[in-house]
Amino acid sequence: MKLVFKLYAGLTDYLPPDAVDNKLIIEVSEHNTAYEVIDRYNVPREMAHLVLLNGVYIKPEDRNKAVFNDGDTLAIWPPVAGG
Amino acid sequence: MAWANNVLRVNLTEGTTSNEPLNMEWAGLYLGQRGLATKYLAEEIDPKCDALGSGNKLIMTTGPLTGTMASTGGRYSVVTKSPLTGAVACSNSGGFIGAELKAAGYDMIIFEGKSPRPVYLYVENDKVEIAPADEIWGQSVWAADEWLHKKYQDPLLRIAAVGRAAEKGCLYAAVVNDLHRAAGRSGVGTVMASKNLKAVAVRGTKGVGNIKDPGAFMQAVNAGKKVLAENAVTGQGLPTYGTQVLMNVINEVGAMPTRNMREVQFEGASKISAEAMHEPRESDGKPNLVTNAGCFGCTIACGRISTIDRGHFSIENKPQYWGASGGLEYEAAWALGSDTGVDDIDALTYANFICNEDGIDPISFGATVAAAMELYQIGAITKEQTGGVELKFGSAEALAWATEVTCRGEGFGLDLGMGSKRLCEKYGHPDLSMTVKGQEFPAYDPRGIQGMGLTYATSNRGACHLRSYTVSSEVMGVPEKTDPLVTEGKPELVKAFQDATSIVDSSGLCVFTTFAWTLEDIAPQVAAACGGDWTAESMLEAGERIWNLEREFNLAAGLTAADDTLPKRLLTEPAQTGPAKGNVNRLHEMLPKYYEVRGWNEQGVPTDETRQRLSL
Repeated sequence: MKLVFKLYAGLTDYLPPDAVDNKLIIEVSEHNTAYEVIDRYNVPREMAHLVLLNGVYIKPEDRNKAVFNDGDTLAIWPPVAGG
Repeated sequence: MAWANNVLRVNLTEGTTSNEPLNMEWAGLYLGQRGLATKYLAEEIDPKCDALGSGNKLIMTTGPLTGTMASTGGRYSVVTKSPLTGAVACSNSGGFIGAELKAAGYDMIIFEGKSPRPVYLYVENDKVEIAPADEIWGQSVWAADEWLHKKYQDPLLRIAAVGRAAEKGCLYAAVVNDLHRAAGRSGVGTVMASKNLKAVAVRGTKGVGNIKDPGAFMQAVNAGKKVLAENAVTGQGLPTYGTQVLMNVINEVGAMPTRNMREVQFEGASKISAEAMHEPRESDGKPNLVTNAGCFGCTIACGRISTIDRGHFSIENKPQYWGASGGLEYEAAWALGSDTGVDDIDALTYANFICNEDGIDPISFGATVAAAMELYQIGAITKEQTGGVELKFGSAEALAWATEVTCRGEGFGLDLGMGSKRLCEKYGHPDLSMTVKGQEFPAYDPRGIQGMGLTYATSNRGACHLRSYTVSSEVMGVPEKTDPLVTEGKPELVKAFQDATSIVDSSGLCVFTTFAWTLEDIAPQVAAACGGDWTAESMLEAGERIWNLEREFNLAAGLTAADDTLPKRLLTEPAQTGPAKGNVNRLHEMLPKYYEVRGWNEQGVPTDETRQRLSL
């Protein structure tokens, strides 16, 4: 199934060159976890601070659980803040 | 002690100046800057006074760490009664003028009365002069800055000034210092202009001494800098991407106020984000962002310096804007962009330049344009008012035009200068104003971040994110992650953020340090610099005292618990997309508990017990 995968800020460099607007559509299975996708693109786990599935935060302890549905969006940031 | 123990009092009516020692008893209770100046204001003016009358006062104030070697120790604030809200106003700015004022030997300048003619104040250490400003009245901040630098032939002269918008009565005019830093919110620039005070120019060469324990201070400061450098946010994220990094984050979590807060996600967010500012342009291969920039003493350097595409319609015939200047921060990019539906980053950068050039708050301005666009869409405002301009959501041309006429105080720009509340009232749709206490919202939709609803409703200066930035916890997980869609625990969270921010704003430090620092990092710096019993606990208590002092000022000014609310749209119209879909802000679940944890009665008034506990 399809997953919209987004990396932002300092993680942008981990996206392959064909990514557009920080975004890539990738194939995943229903058994895949957030950490497996993070590892697939060599993003250091400790830099994956803000991990959002369809905009909802995935706690670190849930990042090893299968949570994807077809068409979901997984977006990841390193530690960021502003205001 | 790190205070200069010297207050400069300027009577603009009489054209006289005098010096007096700082009230050290109050400094022990309110520390400095926001807290201490608010104490002076509360003691010296009638809270019910006309904010634009001669009875109001305007205080430019530093904190005890301003001008020291502490990281970010360059902050200053402008404290007065706001003409936009009728409440207390305290607008905080970086740049260099705060440190310069301290180095000239002053903790604060209190301006009182009203000058019979336009003047500026020149301060060079002990030399203080009120001088005619006829040649710069009617000119922009940037023009005034250039004129003063030429007149005194001193490139290190630090200048804060108001522009044409303030002179023309725009109610959210800013005091701009060092060209593109601003005491931006609540119309503090409007008050300055109402006193016929065009600019303050400061040169200080005395340095900042009076550090109570220099050895301990250096040790505490160095330890603090190490924490900032090693933290991923303050050491890497903010310098590289600035506050604009939030654009995609907040859009993703469904809390991006869009088109006058009708929607909570903006389809053009990625085009106006921090990441977009790094992308090379097609036209010249250069990115919008030229470099980052730091204020006095700052080891974070989140500031943005940008250029606009020279072929862009906004500047193609205006070479004066072809150079680099202050670029987009998140709040400005949101208000000028998402809230108006404009996704043209060059147009937003142009509007931002002009806001700096003539000194208006881009948050209130953008939100007011957004309200005007909705009024135009429903036909309440027509081309008759706009002089033929199509004031449509998404129109970069309309945004550029609106910025120009507002900053110059021309035509429909005078209506826009009234702010969203008065504009929507004038055109018969007060419910379309997205304001609290008359001040426009910042960039976080409280339907998607519940704690921010309580933050806005109870902010002492009207809708403001910088009074308790619970986004830090509810979205970013700093210091710990809380659920943004839950109301439980938010009254306590908001109170904690409000109290801590109050005391940081009173120290001379930047609140952005708190992405890495806690009060445990700040207290040793304050204690070593100031002497006295400044611990994390006593600072938090002082912060609570300051919050209650501001509240009491507002109550005395005539505000009530009825003002602690949100626009009807946010309480009754659910978010339509994203994680917050179906949610309104549930303020009613938080406000009574907030009053309780504050030690206020059901009318939102501090109880006698609370007042005694806080030595109010």
